[in-house]
Amino acid sequence: MDTLACIKRVPDTGAKITLTEDEQDIDTSNLGFTISPHEECAIEAAVQQVEDHGGTATVLSLGPDDAAEQLRTGLAMTADEATLLETDGEEWTPRATANAIADAARGDDGGPAYDLLLFGNESADAANHQVGVRVARALDVPFLAGVTGLDVEDGTAIARREVGGGTEVYELDLPAAVAVKEGINEPRYASMRAKMQARKQEIRRQTPERDGGRGTFEKVRLEAPETDDADAEVLGEGPEAVPDVVELLRDDLEVV
Amino acid sequence: MILGLVEHAGGEPTEESLEALTLAREVAADTDASLDAVVFGVEGAAATDRLGDHGVETVHHVADRRLDTYAPEARGEAVAQLVDAVDPAAVVAPGTTRGNEVLAHVGAVRDLPMAANCTDVDAGEEYELARQRWGGSLVEHARLDAPTALLTAAAHEFSPEPAAERVEPSVREFEPSLDDAAFRVGVDRVEESDVEGVPLGEARVVVGGGRGVGSAEDYDELEDLADLLGGTVGASRAAVNEGWRPHDDQIGQTGTKISPDLYVACGISGAVQHMVGCKGADSVLAINTDPEAAIMQKGDYAVVGDLHEVVPELNEALRSEA
Repeated sequence: MDTLACIKRVPDTGAKITLTEDEQDIDTSNLGFTISPHEECAIEAAVQQVEDHGGTATVLSLGPDDAAEQLRTGLAMTADEATLLETDGEEWTPRATANAIADAARGDDGGPAYDLLLFGNESADAANHQVGVRVARALDVPFLAGVTGLDVEDGTAIARREVGGGTEVYELDLPAAVAVKEGINEPRYASMRAKMQARKQEIRRQTPERDGGRGTFEKVRLEAPETDDADAEVLGEGPEAVPDVVELLRDDLEVV
Repeated sequence: MILGLVEHAGGEPTEESLEALTLAREVAADTDASLDAVVFGVEGAAATDRLGDHGVETVHHVADRRLDTYAPEARGEAVAQLVDAVDPAAVVAPGTTRGNEVLAHVGAVRDLPMAANCTDVDAGEEYELARQRWGGSLVEHARLDAPTALLTAAAHEFSPEPAAERVEPSVREFEPSLDDAAFRVGVDRVEESDVEGVPLGEARVVVGGGRGVGSAEDYDELEDLADLLGGTVGASRAAVNEGWRPHDDQIGQTGTKISPDLYVACGISGAVQHMVGCKGADSVLAINTDPEAAIMQKGDYAVVGDLHEVVPELNEALRSEA
């Protein structure tokens, strides 16, 4: 079984965010970069399926030359191949991104070259919630978002997703595409040796076409919302604060 | 006309759907347009009365019984066909997994841009909008210009207020033309959770625990507090990464976004990624040893102290209140 994990290079998700002066981007001068958290799980899911069923796992990213760093992380997590759809670093719309990924994931017969395509549910930075759907529709394969459990049996992907009070189970005939969420697995830690080996592996590079389509969606600027920095009302210290807490819960908030 | 996509549970519109209708009604008011809604399922028509409270004039009830259970691709195709038939200026869906998924299908099959998780929309000839990025840590201001604007409303950003004037909606049956292939993805079965209590996203009280809790066993004290307050336990990403709680309990950017009346945050520092998950809470009470922790600024009430001393004492006090 051949799997494809589509990932995105994003600024370190744990960092404090500041914006560039023109408010067009996150100021990354003091930030590291990483793989979107959901997408790290997509890599893990892709390599697990290959471990269980054989075949190859490929990681793919659309982004600047530097995104090779995240692809090497994928290789160090035991993916077999890596493809970079190299751009000038400018942010692409979900539609342009999806069309480029679909072109790269298409086999000679026009259908998907992979049995299972994996995406993160949404990227940590842009959170557009639609690249996976658009790729799946372009390749005419079934798609499910929000996946937190995944097994493959006899050419069928059994995908699970959480709903209030339970889990929905879906069966998708392969080839198929899914967008996974954190919690589906625990992404493996890449050893130093694996990282060293990944540095020697080839990254296939392509330069995709950026196409338009109906309508336009344009970023105007980003804004870091002002936070309410007024200090919380301190009710007291240690267990001695408990009577005041109870009074608050009972009289003011009416939750007891 | 502006079209709202309404999800329902047993004929009752979900809270997120009513939030999305609030945004849809604002967009309709901006453009002097009417407000319609689309509902699925045999019980969907039962939601009509409630939708009238929210200003919906026409309810398009998708009559295909195969759509009574959730099938994202088929629902997307049905909405796309309804868009062709009634030509709305915008479709507004709730910013849930289903809402984002169905509308993304519409965007894909009709080659239209979609703006996910909007927090503000100024509708005119083109749409100027604000949407959440970084799980809500950043706002993107953007322009959308399309034959039909596809928008999802960020969860818990809009208060689901009824319209100033109630209308009596009419119901129109809509029969999409769907072949079997559109149903290749659908709910096969639902496994009920063995976890008791209210789901995190719907709880009116949430007791969250972070790294300061210290171990999986120490969550027992938080479970007791949640029980006493009729609530549910959640966790920070740090606690989930430690393996103390399952990922389902995670509150934050890549976890569940909560909107309780009260969030009691125990041993949680209050990183931005956590705070975007609990900013829908009406009140936040933080219990933390560090008076300088971010949550002590961002919360509403604070107790400076060790949660292992404060929470058992609080539980005792609440038991004697009962």
